[in-house]
Amino acid sequence: MKYLCMVFFDEKQRNALSEQDSQKLIEEAFDFDDTLRKGGHFIAAHPLESVHAATTVRVRNGKVTVTDGPFAETNEQIGGFLLIEAKDLNEAIHLAAQVPPARLGGVEVRPIVEISRSDLQRPWSEFVMRSASKSRDRG
Amino acid sequence: MSADFSDQARDTLGAIYRNESRRVLATLIRLVGDFDLAEEALHEAMLAAMEHWPREGIPSNPRAWLISTGRFKAIDRIRRRARFDTALDDVVEKLQGEAFDPTQWDDEHLEDDRLRLIFTCCHPALPRDAQVALTLREICGLTTEEIARAFLTSAPTIAKRIVRAKAKIRDARIPYEVPPRKELPDRLDSVLQVIYLIFTEGYSASSGATLTRADISAEAIRLGRLTANLLPEPEVIGLLALMLLQESRRAARTSNDGEVILLEEQDRSLWDRAVIEEGRVLVERALASREVGPYALQAAIAAVHSEARAAAETDWAQIVGLYDVLLQANPTPVIELNRAVAVAMRDGAERGLALIGEILKRGDLQDYYLAHSARADLCKRLGRTSEAVSSYQRALSLARQDPARRFLERRLRELGVAVDAATHGSSPVRPQEPPPR
Repeated sequence: MKYLCMVFFDEKQRNALSEQDSQKLIEEAFDFDDTLRKGGHFIAAHPLESVHAATTVRVRNGKVTVTDGPFAETNEQIGGFLLIEAKDLNEAIHLAAQVPPARLGGVEVRPIVEISRSDLQRPWSEFVMRSASKSRDRG
Repeated sequence: MSADFSDQARDTLGAIYRNESRRVLATLIRLVGDFDLAEEALHEAMLAAMEHWPREGIPSNPRAWLISTGRFKAIDRIRRRARFDTALDDVVEKLQGEAFDPTQWDDEHLEDDRLRLIFTCCHPALPRDAQVALTLREICGLTTEEIARAFLTSAPTIAKRIVRAKAKIRDARIPYEVPPRKELPDRLDSVLQVIYLIFTEGYSASSGATLTRADISAEAIRLGRLTANLLPEPEVIGLLALMLLQESRRAARTSNDGEVILLEEQDRSLWDRAVIEEGRVLVERALASREVGPYALQAAIAAVHSEARAAAETDWAQIVGLYDVLLQANPTPVIELNRAVAVAMRDGAERGLALIGEILKRGDLQDYYLAHSARADLCKRLGRTSEAVSSYQRALSLARQDPARRFLERRLRELGVAVDAATHGSSPVRPQEPPPR
C-alpha cells in the first residue's frame, strides 16, 4: 500500500538553522532516501521551495482565481513530501518517524487511494471500501 | 429430542456467548480482516448455534465450532457481494485456500487474537475517545447505549466514534497485530491509558450527581486482568494493582448521602481487605521487576496507605520517598502536588504550603481545583483562615462534580463563610489528569 508522507514544519525555524546544521539535515534526508530505496519503500521524495513561492489556484463557475501564498495560512507549512510503499500503517509510521525534518515539525501520513479508469463506473464510497478490502493482507 | 435438552442447550449457549463471544470475535476479525464483517459473522454463527445445537447436541469444542461457522458465514457474505464485484473473488479464494481447522489451535493461538484486538482498539492513530469506545464495544462487549451512559453522552455520538474508528482502521490499514518488542513500551502505554481512563471515569465521574459508577470501573478491572494475563508486563500488573487498591476503598469514599469522604476521614473498616490483599501481592510482583514504572509506583503508594489501620499511622516518609521516585519517572505537576501534600504530612503544613505555592506560581495547576483545595486545607491547618477561604472559593469556582462542590461548600461553612447556591455550575474547566489520590 502507498502512503504520502507530508512533512510539515515552521519555515522560520527551518531558516534559523545554521549553515552547518542545514547542510547536515539535507545530507541526512538524502541518506534516508537511500535507506528507503534499499528497503523497497521509496517511490518519490522531494523538498519544496518555501511558501514565499507558493501560488493557489481556484476555479469557481469556470472562473480562475489565482492568489499568492499557500492554500491554508498556518505557522507550519508543507516543506516536502515522500511517497512510500509500506505494508500497513504501522510500517508507514515507523518510516515517517525517521524522516529527518520530522524533528522540526511533523509528518502527516495519508494512505493513497488506488484508482484506475476501470473503476470509474462505481460510486466513490463503494470504491474506497472495496479498494481497502482488496488490498488488505489477510491472515 | 427432549425439551430438557433444548433448555440445557439454550443455557449452555447463553454461557458460551458470555464467555466466548469476544474471543471468537477477536479471531474472526483476524480471519476475515474486517470488524463489521466479523461482527455480522459472529451474529450469524450464534443464530446457527441456536438452531443446530438443540437438535444435534453441543459440539465438543463450541468455540472452534463458532469460529468455523462464523468464517463460513463471512465467506458466504463476501461471495454474495462478489457477484457484483469481481475484485472480491480473490478475497474469497484466499479465505478458502487457507488451511483451516480451529479444533487444532491451542489456547495461546486464540489469546494472541485477543491481544491483537486490544492493541488495534487502542492504536495511537485513533483519537483517544474512539479508543475508549472501541475497547468497550469490541473487547468488553458493551452496547453503544451502555458506553454512552457511562460517559454521559449520547448513543449516536458513541456510534459515530466507533464507525469513524473502524473506517480509519480499514482505510489507513491499521494492522491487526501485537507490536514488536521494540515498540511495545510506547504502544502498551496507550493501552494502559485507555484502561485507566475507563477506570477513573467510573471511579470519579467527570461531572454530574453520582461520584462513583461501579459498573464501568469493574469493566476496567476486568480489562486490566485480561491484559495482565495475556501480557504480564510490570506496568500492566502495576495498573491492575493500582485499580484494585483504589477500588478497595469504594465503600468508604462516599457517605450514604453521596458526600465525598477524604482518605484521612474514611472508616477504614469499610475497606475491602480481600481486594487490598490481591492488590498488594500484585504491587510486590510489579516492584520486583527491574523497570519500575509510574503505575507500579502509584500502586505502591496506595498500598502504603492501605497498610495503615488509622490515618495517623500512615508511613508518610515512605510515601514521600515513593513520590520522589515517581516524580523522576513521570515529572508532572499533579504528582508534584501530591508529593507536596505528603511532605506536609511528614514535615508540617508550612513546608507543604511552600511547595504548593511554587507549583501555583509557575501557573501549571491554576485551573486544577484540587491544587487550590489542598492549599486551602494547609492554610486552615495553620490557622490562616482568610487565605484558606479564598483558596476554597477558587477551588469551588473550578470544581465540576456536585459531590466535590458540596465538600468545598462544607469546608467554607466550617470557616464561617455563607455559601451562595448561585455559585453552582459555573466552570467548564476539566482537569487534564485524573485527580490525585
